[in-house]
Amino acid sequence: MNKDRRAFIVQVGKILVLTGPAAAAWAYIREDRPQDAPSYRVTDHWWAFAIDIDKCIGCGNCVRGCKAENDVLLEPQTSRTWVERYIVDPADLDHPRVDSPNAAYDGFPDPGPQERPVKTFYVPKLCNHCANSPCVQVCPVGATFDSPDGVVLVDGTYCLGCRYCIQACPYGCRYIDPRTHVVDKCSLCYHRITKGMTTACCEVCPTGARALADLKNPQDPIHEFLRLNKVAVLKPQMATGSKTWYKGLDGAVR
Amino acid sequence: MQGFEGFIYPNELELQWGVLIVLYPFITGLVAGAFILASLERVFNVEAVKPTYRLALLTALAFLVVAPLPLQLHLGHPQRSLEMYLTPHTTSAMAMFGFVYLWYLMAVLVLEIWFDYRSDIVLAWQRSTGLKRIVYALMALGSRNLSEAALRIDDRIGRFLTVIGVPSAFLLHGYVGFIFGSVKANPWWSTPMMPIVFLFSAIVSGIALVTLLYFVISWYRKKQVDQECADTMARYLLYAFLIDFSLEMLDLIQRIYEADESFKTLDFMVQTRLYMPHIIVQLLIGTIVPIALLGIVQLFRIRPAVRRLIYVVSCGLTLIGIFAMRWNVVIGGQLFSKSFLGYTTYKLEFATREGLLIAIVLLVLPFLILAGLAYLLPPWQEEQEPVQG
Repeated sequence: MNKDRRAFIVQVGKILVLTGPAAAAWAYIREDRPQDAPSYRVTDHWWAFAIDIDKCIGCGNCVRGCKAENDVLLEPQTSRTWVERYIVDPADLDHPRVDSPNAAYDGFPDPGPQERPVKTFYVPKLCNHCANSPCVQVCPVGATFDSPDGVVLVDGTYCLGCRYCIQACPYGCRYIDPRTHVVDKCSLCYHRITKGMTTACCEVCPTGARALADLKNPQDPIHEFLRLNKVAVLKPQMATGSKTWYKGLDGAVR
Repeated sequence: MQGFEGFIYPNELELQWGVLIVLYPFITGLVAGAFILASLERVFNVEAVKPTYRLALLTALAFLVVAPLPLQLHLGHPQRSLEMYLTPHTTSAMAMFGFVYLWYLMAVLVLEIWFDYRSDIVLAWQRSTGLKRIVYALMALGSRNLSEAALRIDDRIGRFLTVIGVPSAFLLHGYVGFIFGSVKANPWWSTPMMPIVFLFSAIVSGIALVTLLYFVISWYRKKQVDQECADTMARYLLYAFLIDFSLEMLDLIQRIYEADESFKTLDFMVQTRLYMPHIIVQLLIGTIVPIALLGIVQLFRIRPAVRRLIYVVSCGLTLIGIFAMRWNVVIGGQLFSKSFLGYTTYKLEFATREGLLIAIVLLVLPFLILAGLAYLLPPWQEEQEPVQG
């Protein structure tokens, strides 16, 4: 097959598989500048996240989905997202029992019989994509940065691996990838959301406990979520401008 | 995974900053402290410490050259570290430290030493032969001018540089404290006291190191230690130590009395995992004992020989105590979970890139550099022939 014919077939294939605008966008995505693609404009979005604690069943689907989608190592100390289980004895509110075995990759084992009736709930965690991120502030070279559409991202080709951002994150969302020796964290599946899809964790959540939200989209259910529910962010005293809101967040959660 | 108790966030299973990051504030502190000791003579006209003036400057330089090495070895991508200078992120305390460091090294310390030694370098150039002659010629930057006017300019610029150097040294180590003190996510670090505690502990460690070096070098050269100099340094060490100790106690009392959300977690940590390095080594052996010893010298008449022995012991303990303080800040700040619900452990490895062996090498290296510097630029003035005009 000569080169011209091959190029022709590839081109026709693209047009057939992808629609016109998507094909045009593909070129930009391949060049790593999706924001320039005509189908995705960074100025049109302001990404956030909503979590309904009462809906989370601790199945760990989100953890598995995230690790598979984003090529994350399976060890618990490299987790872009994880789930914590809180077992709170009403008679001893100050000392909740918390666990997250293997970052909840395999879900949770049966906690066994309890002495007294207890309160149990699951708390999914991920990067809060803060508007005033301490991690972005402290990065010495700007390898961690705010995207114009409100996502905190890491440029792995620029990161020194100094780990200052890991110290600065109050939520424990960052880790060093031992394969690349640079920092890694939840990217809010930026490669997916800029193509109109939701994040991997939201995609696989069986109960809808997690929801990607676009604050700039007037049709987004986030507005109703924030209006109708009592919501809170993690560690509000840190004043990081967290954009991950929890419905039903218990005071025991740290 | 072992070594943790209670609940810690999954990503906290790995401790991020190890012994090399302990060395970084320790070494930088010695630099700042040694320089401030040198400035006692030059700026504050404390004539008694003159025998240690040049030694203190060279010590500061030897340690400053080594200071970035532990950081460099710790980086995941050391080859990218230059980006901190080329494309610095201006809101980052760490990025700005690079410039503070460079300013201090190039604009203050190297210049000051050069102006102070310039006449010696020119004389050595004229006297030496072979390779040494070339080295001295390069160090003199080709200028042989030893006229009275030139020497006066040397002295004036040197004095000016020391005057700039004092706030610069404060900045240098205050800034190291700021790098830790500004991390609001970590209650063990996050306090406005951190820069000032770091600064005073730096002064303490610098004076202790130069005093010890002065004793060791005098013993090695079979020279008598200048008793007045030793007494004065010990007195200043005591003053600085008292301020340092008061500040740390103030911080501690404030924390205990305020007892904020992190207190129970930190208190438990200090009483268990950090008990040995914090209570025993830092506070008892490394602070209270040397302060008591130095205080005894001030209060009672003690024979000079015994005084000198006391100084050596107190300075040694002081250095151990300040090292423990850096350890407790850096390592202690990572032993508890930011969830305040659990603790982890630090396992010091031996022959790894960030292990104990490298740490020992990095601690020995400045002394070798100092020996080299002292060979080229002898800090003891009494043996030199008078400067010819």
